[in-house]
Amino acid sequence: MANVLHIVVCAGIVPDPLQTLEPVTTPAGPGLKNEMVLPAVLDPWAACALYEAAHLAAGNPGSKVWLVSLGPKAKLQQVMMTVAQKVNFELVPIDGPIGGFTDAHATAAVLAETIAALPGLERDRLLLFGGWESATRGSGVTLQLVGERLGITDQFQGVDQIALRDDGSFEVLERVEGGKHQASVCGGTPAVLGWATGNLAEPRNNPQVGMANMRTMMPALQKAKPATLAANGLRYASVSLPKQQRTTRVVKDMTADAIASELAEWIGAE
Amino acid sequence: MESILVLTHAEESGTELSKGSLEAVTAGKELAARLGASFTIGIVAAHAPAGVLASAGARVLAVQGEAFAQARYASDAAACEALCRAANASIVLAPSSSRMARVAAGVAHRLGGVIDTHITSLGGSEGVEATRWFYRQRMEGVISRDARPWFLLLDAGTHAAFSGPAGEVHVEQVAVELPTQRTIVSGFREPPQDAQTIRPDARLLFVAGAGWTKKQPDGEIHAARAGELILGFLRVTGASLGSSKSLVDQGSENQPVLPFLTHMNQVGQTGSTPRHPKGLSTCCHGEEPHVVGWRFIGERRAISLDPNCGWTRGKADVVYIADAFEVMARVTELLAARKG
Ligand SMILES: Cc1cc2nc3c(=O)[nH]c(=O)nc-3n(C[C@H](O)[C@H](O)[C@H](O)COP(=O)(O)OP(=O)(O)OC[C@H]3O[C@@H](n4cnc5c(N)ncnc54)[C@H](O)[C@@H]3O)c2cc1C
Repeated sequence: MANVLHIVVCAGIVPDPLQTLEPVTTPAGPGLKNEMVLPAVLDPWAACALYEAAHLAAGNPGSKVWLVSLGPKAKLQQVMMTVAQKVNFELVPIDGPIGGFTDAHATAAVLAETIAALPGLERDRLLLFGGWESATRGSGVTLQLVGERLGITDQFQGVDQIALRDDGSFEVLERVEGGKHQASVCGGTPAVLGWATGNLAEPRNNPQVGMANMRTMMPALQKAKPATLAANGLRYASVSLPKQQRTTRVVKDMTADAIASELAEWIGAE
Repeated sequence: MESILVLTHAEESGTELSKGSLEAVTAGKELAARLGASFTIGIVAAHAPAGVLASAGARVLAVQGEAFAQARYASDAAACEALCRAANASIVLAPSSSRMARVAAGVAHRLGGVIDTHITSLGGSEGVEATRWFYRQRMEGVISRDARPWFLLLDAGTHAAFSGPAGEVHVEQVAVELPTQRTIVSGFREPPQDAQTIRPDARLLFVAGAGWTKKQPDGEIHAARAGELILGFLRVTGASLGSSKSLVDQGSENQPVLPFLTHMNQVGQTGSTPRHPKGLSTCCHGEEPHVVGWRFIGERRAISLDPNCGWTRGKADVVYIADAFEVMARVTELLAARKG
């Protein structure tokens, strides 16, 4: 068992992307209208990270996956009912605010503190996973900040692939400009990997996996530690929806030829 | 008084600056002038910085050496930290390149500062207010902070690229003690040149949706023909190829695929948000998780068989209810003939 990995996946919950979102002002700053009743899902890129983590753990016996998630307890519970069916992990819930308007530094501080205190986590085996950007704040900084707080200085963002070698080193492919990947070889754990899409399809629901996860999930949710997030002086002058509903011309009865010449004209007009 | 640092890195040549870096220089110059602040440019590079910086009116600091030819967290973070300390910066502006995005937050943390990313404009009357999008381009917020240093990563295409006469740049070298490197960058993986379909500088974004590989009115799937039509169009126009999620996901779901498409082409909620003056969507339904990726596309047109598709509901300027196979074959012919 050369490569026993301790993989911690940081993943928030976000409004289902098919929902219409509207900003409102709350006493605590900006928020979303009906935020608590909007259907939520696991943050998509972080979900890719979770599937990659489970796949990696399954290929390296003795490895373990933790899923650290900060959000309102009741909402976490709802989302985890589905996520638990997908892959094996131990949930580490933190009962805190939801949404994209909180400060990433405050979130990172809470996550790092929680991870540092995880019983049984061996830091020299740690792969810290998450999405490279969230679907809420979308800043791409939280994982990096958690990594710094945990003293991890091998960090990768926009990751689409990790290939572990027998000696514990691994190759990582990161997205860079112009549709390319940068390939790097890292000497070994610990490391931070912020995932893009990766290569795995969403696993099918597996009730057996669900049952196994549930045994630890429910007690964990009951004991979820509450956290408040400091604003760290972040102020919002405004939050608004873009006002650019376009006036669409719908063309229904033009021949393909006529459309083609109109388009060729439009494309050519530079 | 604020002290502005534009923090960036040379391109693969070891010297030249990307368009994004030069845009950050413009942003820094403008902000320093408005606030009456000092203005420094800090560069991480293998070799001496580009001559154009001679006319930027800034103090220029550099961390230089072969170790900094590679984009890697540990060495870049050490270099950027040293540059920020040497500049004693209170506001750090950097381009949202993959290289800066990988380290900037870590550096901000080391300096006890804060960071905001994907900034699309800088405003404010006395202080600094930064505009950015939330919820994947669904709403726009204007923020400010008191904490310093404040790092702001600027999205590409939001400022004019700095240009000026090249000259000899007076560079102050900043020394860095490198930690042991556990990571080695081994190179780049890129599609062969003729399959390179992502072209950020193209004037046109061409989006292919899942309709291209679905059953057509004749009851058949024409995936091979779809591939030919799309590549043929890209060849004549030099357009950048985007895709919907459904189309790129088909590979992992054992459905017909277009072999030249990957998740890197995906536009939208869990894809990219490219910037192009024009966009043409084909065989794509225009659902919101896709269209949020079109936030920075200027003129938008779509071809769809469905008169009720999302594009018709205020998301595109023109929607042609037509068969994209027929139309695109003809468009490519016309454009090819024009090119001669
Ligand atoms: C968490 C999450 C994240 C998501 N992220 C993204 C994302 O980043 N990007 C994204 O794109 N989607 C994303 N989606 C999916 C999104 O909701 C849609 O399902 C997807 O965009 C649909 O792709 P499509 O329009 O290509 O396919 P379809 O919905 O199948 O539409 C195909 C269209 O092609 C038309 N068509 C067929 N044949 C022809 C023809 N010959 N000529 C003209 N038109 C034709 C049809 O009329 C139809 O309108 C996400 C969804 C979720 C839940």
